[in-house]
Amino acid sequence: MSSELVLEAMDIVKDLGQGAGMVRALKGVSVTLRAGELTLLMGPSGSGKTTLLSILGCILSPTSGNVRIAGIDTEGLGPEALADVRRRHMGFVFQTYNLFPTLNAEENVRLALDVRGRRGRLATDQARETLTKVGLSHKFRSYPGNMSGGEQQRVAVARALASAPSLLLADEPTAALDSENGQAVMALLAEIAKDKSRAVLAVTHDHRTLPYADRILRIEDGLIVDDERPEREPAVIVAPPPTLSLDEMRSDGEPPAGSHPNGSRMSKKRKTKAHG
Amino acid sequence: MVLTLAFRNLFHDRIRLAVTLVGILFAIVLVAVQLGLYQGARQMIISMIDNAEGEIWITSFGAKSFEEAGLLSGRERHAVLSVPGVTKVTPLAVAFTEWRKPAGGSTLIVLVGTDPADGGLAPWNVVQGEPNTIAEPHAVAIDKTYMENLGVKHIAEIAQVDQTRVKVAALTDGIRSFTMAPYVFTSLNRARTMLGMQPDQATFLLVKLADPMTTDAVRDEIKARLSNVDVLTQAEFRTRSLDHWLFGTGAGVALIGGAILGILVGTVIVAQTLYSSTKDHLREFATLRALGSSAGDIHRVILMQAGLSAVLGYILGMAIAMVVVHFSEQTALPILMTPELAIGLFVLTLAMCAISAVSAIVKVTKIDPAMVFAR
Repeated sequence: MSSELVLEAMDIVKDLGQGAGMVRALKGVSVTLRAGELTLLMGPSGSGKTTLLSILGCILSPTSGNVRIAGIDTEGLGPEALADVRRRHMGFVFQTYNLFPTLNAEENVRLALDVRGRRGRLATDQARETLTKVGLSHKFRSYPGNMSGGEQQRVAVARALASAPSLLLADEPTAALDSENGQAVMALLAEIAKDKSRAVLAVTHDHRTLPYADRILRIEDGLIVDDERPEREPAVIVAPPPTLSLDEMRSDGEPPAGSHPNGSRMSKKRKTKAHG
Repeated sequence: MVLTLAFRNLFHDRIRLAVTLVGILFAIVLVAVQLGLYQGARQMIISMIDNAEGEIWITSFGAKSFEEAGLLSGRERHAVLSVPGVTKVTPLAVAFTEWRKPAGGSTLIVLVGTDPADGGLAPWNVVQGEPNTIAEPHAVAIDKTYMENLGVKHIAEIAQVDQTRVKVAALTDGIRSFTMAPYVFTSLNRARTMLGMQPDQATFLLVKLADPMTTDAVRDEIKARLSNVDVLTQAEFRTRSLDHWLFGTGAGVALIGGAILGILVGTVIVAQTLYSSTKDHLREFATLRALGSSAGDIHRVILMQAGLSAVLGYILGMAIAMVVVHFSEQTALPILMTPELAIGLFVLTLAMCAISAVSAIVKVTKIDPAMVFAR
């Protein structure tokens, strides 16, 4: 594996709650993410997926263990320093989009750029360019309330992408979407993950997302129990959704005809029992 | 974008914005009226002192104000005239007395006996007649604000002060009395007669100096030569009068208390609405935090909302306050809006809204960015 190591988490333990009510949500998880890969983190409810995502995203601090993002050791960093790491290196996509309802699509993306100190005409151009890449060139002025779920999620993806993060974290990105829009968003994330300077990690329990994964981590009861890299038939690897040009995405979230990944077949090329 | 987000959040819920603005507006109008009344009262209390031509006031010992002073014997005048640096000493006769209205009835007035030719204290802002006309037989000057109160409909009307007939010979504009007893100007000797004073007696001796820079030294010299009287600079007499009427009587405390109440009510209303707005937008603030915003950026959004509320509330509140000020101009209790007060009110409004933002900031400081993952 020669691509760049974007994230390295070692022996992550996280206790939630206090006293008798304390629960050990993560029991010593180690994960590495490399640029150019779409990794899915799957597991049943309560398995620790979101807690792990929060820690990898520097939103929660682990009880013990160490997380390195783009070479930065986050151990012992305070809230503002962690916010700085998020600002410099991460983009987030949330299940319920978390767009600002009072801002239009362009402003939502510009806000993420503003947080990073990018303002003015250049920021506007960059926001529009990113929205165009996700197929929303005609929705710059649309407010979230007037957009479909698929469109809103693509605005959220554009917002996450605008600052060119080295790590994109997505929390159940398809859970609130219908099948077609879900497929379109996953195709988009797979396309984004092709960038050799960026890793994408998506927490999901949606098995329809499996065809897009370069790697699948399974978590159960606070431990990574499975780490597999699906192998696709060459014809399937270049199947339309994952290889779609971002510009080719239709605004309603539906991939072009013939691009549905139902035909993809996966086999486990390499399966690693993760150490817990 | 911080400004845009603050603006949109503020205008997103129009009803809440209206409640916020009404709260600020109410506070501004209340504070403006109370402080305007305070300013107006202050002006009324010191107007006689400020319009007198003299650097030093000599009064009976313990005199509380322009309206409430005992009698000087008259011998003091010669002693003061002999002090180096004194160019002129003008006696004034001032006291409460009774005004009998032409059509019957009476009211309390403050009679001011002065000889305009002496240059000590002449009626000012004379809009009908001449300041010197009060030297004519039976002549008095009154302020047009109090014509109805004094039962006078026009100039040349005859009334009575105590037992003496007087003729309204001049009208002034804007010489108002804090005590609500109108000032009535007449000549010094006529005032002495009306007030039952001896020919040389006076209520005040107004001292004019050759060099105003020597005021303190001359005051000390006069003090050394005269006992049983108070010798005050203009500034000291002004302070004594203000202390007596505004704080000795509690009138000023009531006005300032009303203003503080207005500020408190405004602060509570703005704080409540900002807090509920922040609570409604908590998930958005958590998202901002997750995107990497610093706590300072988020505080700025809330403070910007508070600032926008302050500016809008101030504009609306001042518009209403100015209408109230306009209608009070011709009353006996004018509300005074000075540029300093207007600027002070703006700063006060900003401070009020900034303080109101504290509860919202505390709320958002405790925000858990992990709530962005909540379903």
